[in-house]
Amino acid sequence: MIEFRGVTKRFPDGTVAVDALDLTVADGCVTVFVGPSGCGKTTSLRMINRMIEPTGGTILIDGADIMAGDAARMRRGIGYVMQQAGLLPHRSILDNIATVPMLLGWSKARARARAAELMEIVGLAPETARRYPNQLSGGQQQRVGVARALAADPPILLMDEPFSAVDPVVRESLQDELLRLQAELGKTIVFVTHDIDEAVKLGDKVAVFRQGGHLAQYDEPGHLLARPADDFVDGFVGRDRGYRGLGFRSHRLPLGELTTTSLGSPAVGNGAWTLVVDDASRPQGWCARRDGADGTAVTAEHLVPGGTLYDVTSGSLRSALDAALSSPSGQGVAVAGAGRVVGSVSADDVLAALASARAEEAAA
Amino acid sequence: MNWGWIPRNLGLVAELTVEHSWLALLPLLLGLLISVPLAWLATRTPLARSVLVTATGLLYTVPSLALIVMLPLLLGLQILDPLNLVVALTIYTVALLVRSIADALDAVPSVVVAAATAMGYTPLRRFVAVEMPLAIPVTVAGLRVAAVSNMSLVTVGAIVGLGGLGLLFTDGFQRDIPAEIITGIVVVLVLALIVDALLLVVGRLITPWARTGQAAGRQR
Amino acid sequence: MNAIVEWFTDPANWTGPDGVPTRLGEHLFYTLLALSIAALIAIPIGLWIGHTGRGGFAVVSLANSLRALPTFGVLVLLANSFGIGLAPPIVALVVLAIPPVLAGTYAGVQAVDRAIVDAARGMGMGEREILTRVELPNGLPLIIGGLRSATLQIIATATIAAYVALGGLGRYIIDGLSVRDFAEMAAGSILLALLAIVTDLVLAGLQRALVSPGLRPAQASRPRPRRLRAVA
Repeated sequence: MIEFRGVTKRFPDGTVAVDALDLTVADGCVTVFVGPSGCGKTTSLRMINRMIEPTGGTILIDGADIMAGDAARMRRGIGYVMQQAGLLPHRSILDNIATVPMLLGWSKARARARAAELMEIVGLAPETARRYPNQLSGGQQQRVGVARALAADPPILLMDEPFSAVDPVVRESLQDELLRLQAELGKTIVFVTHDIDEAVKLGDKVAVFRQGGHLAQYDEPGHLLARPADDFVDGFVGRDRGYRGLGFRSHRLPLGELTTTSLGSPAVGNGAWTLVVDDASRPQGWCARRDGADGTAVTAEHLVPGGTLYDVTSGSLRSALDAALSSPSGQGVAVAGAGRVVGSVSADDVLAALASARAEEAAA
Repeated sequence: MNWGWIPRNLGLVAELTVEHSWLALLPLLLGLLISVPLAWLATRTPLARSVLVTATGLLYTVPSLALIVMLPLLLGLQILDPLNLVVALTIYTVALLVRSIADALDAVPSVVVAAATAMGYTPLRRFVAVEMPLAIPVTVAGLRVAAVSNMSLVTVGAIVGLGGLGLLFTDGFQRDIPAEIITGIVVVLVLALIVDALLLVVGRLITPWARTGQAAGRQR
Repeated sequence: MNAIVEWFTDPANWTGPDGVPTRLGEHLFYTLLALSIAALIAIPIGLWIGHTGRGGFAVVSLANSLRALPTFGVLVLLANSFGIGLAPPIVALVVLAIPPVLAGTYAGVQAVDRAIVDAARGMGMGEREILTRVELPNGLPLIIGGLRSATLQIIATATIAAYVALGGLGRYIIDGLSVRDFAEMAAGSILLALLAIVTDLVLAGLQRALVSPGLRPAQASRPRPRRLRAVA
């Protein structure tokens, strides 16, 4: 647990970057600091490992004051990932990842073995081990940065806008990767970003900072979208917050029946559209009624691409609604397990579910 | 031209070449050992930097013969002590290297320094393991310039009677043997080019990362 | 030490053909003469090479390999071949001063941003105007830098030239050496160090005065990329 108690940072030129911050970061969760530039989110993060030292208040990690003891020694126990990966240009990828274990006095062989293991965990091809950082793409460098931070298996990971310098497609895959890793590792992660979507996607809890180093709201992402504390947070959270907020509501939805067929079989059923599935009953696309009405077999040419899929095991109301809206037939395809079709959802069902969820919340 | 001088004096030339080499290379090594901590100091505070840059700049300006003559007085040595020459050339080497190493240390990306700090390097260990290795290419470039100019400057010592290949110049001039003078010039040139090439190769070998990816493109 | 002070306070050392003013005058004369000749030869060539970009590699390689040439050896060889007198040492000084001036001029012109040159051409300047109004003033810091190192080189080499019977302040060292008069040698060295340092400072001042204020490093960009001071 990381506790900020009345923490203030006043720089020598008089600017107050963080003003009397009180905040508790829970163990095993991703806590995101988000806000516009100059709001003190990065300063707050960097105070945790004493890259910047507070001028007032105390920061406790598991009850111990961070200012007691040696800074360098303490930092070896906290993983740190930064925006420009900050890899050591003169070391191979493997040795970059092995850096902290080596600082901790591990043998070279053990540190390198651990580094190789981490390369696999973060999805780096083994042949990159002997390359140098400038031979890697930005996304790969960032993976190395994450692997390096995890090398000594620190309980805490500080991430300072780690994905903001890579292109949007790579960023999204890195975010997904982080969520997957976190599900396995359960680290205490403090993540700084200026991107509210990233905050909402990654955070178990989100701290919204406002200019001058004040905490505007500290809440779960669903609550942040549903009930912004004030106009500042409302403005910062941005447009479509109602729709995006659906992502944090999951509710049992009634699944409708769906007529399916497969390639090579005739289209069946009474509706205008038939869903085409493969042998494992995974969706392939839609087929319009007239194309198969004469009883001829459905071929690949008849297929109309489907919309997004609603995964009933992890799905949210947002993905259910999106599945319904993006499907050519108006019926969202619900899948489970290995992508097997289990039924359909409609936009009306989602709205009805939302209404009953709100009613339950009001009653509670 | 009395070229016959050369085959008759090969032994002498070899002997002077060896003496010349250590008179030029010992100051190079000493200069490097002194320059690294001074350059580190220069990057710590602006005051230390301006003092060091000004002082080394002034020392570099002093003509070599004047320095070689002044040092015995300042150090209390005999004028014919080879140590005078070693000290003088060490001073030139330091004057050349401190500034370029300090600039190279400043050019280490601050993000790399911050990353190293965040991983838990102590300042001293960070300097040895991160900052100094990254300053190697510039340091080697400075060493090459110093090595070449040391090779030439050693000969000036012969004017006051110190050793090295410069003795071929004074002797050849006094006894009117142009072949002896030309031999001296050629051997000094060849020595300089060999040391220059060696430093270049060693510099490349110990900085494998500088030859990869975009870095290779940047070197032009 | 006392002997050195005595040497400086002895009026006999300040007059006559062997007095400080004469020797200093000689040294300055050789320096100016050699520098002027070297500049007259090297600057036009450097400008031309820098402007056209032709032969740049050869110039840089030549300047680099000439640095390895032992100046004392060249001086002695010229004196040996052409006899004692003013000409051989001056020729040697000129030969040694050309590479730094040439390299500095070439680098100065070459380093001018090609976009600026393109803009000048686009505004309708001829090649001659581009050279004199754009490349020369913009390359001035490096050109004067080349002249500065050439000057230091000449002052130092002119000292050694006393060995082959040239006048100047080097005489005190060579003459003092032959009669083991250490006070005279030390006095000569001190004068030489002072001459070199003052000359360099004057040239540095000149460099600042001649270079357009627009080319000085901007205040904002002046500090080198400092590491974050907050990092402990």
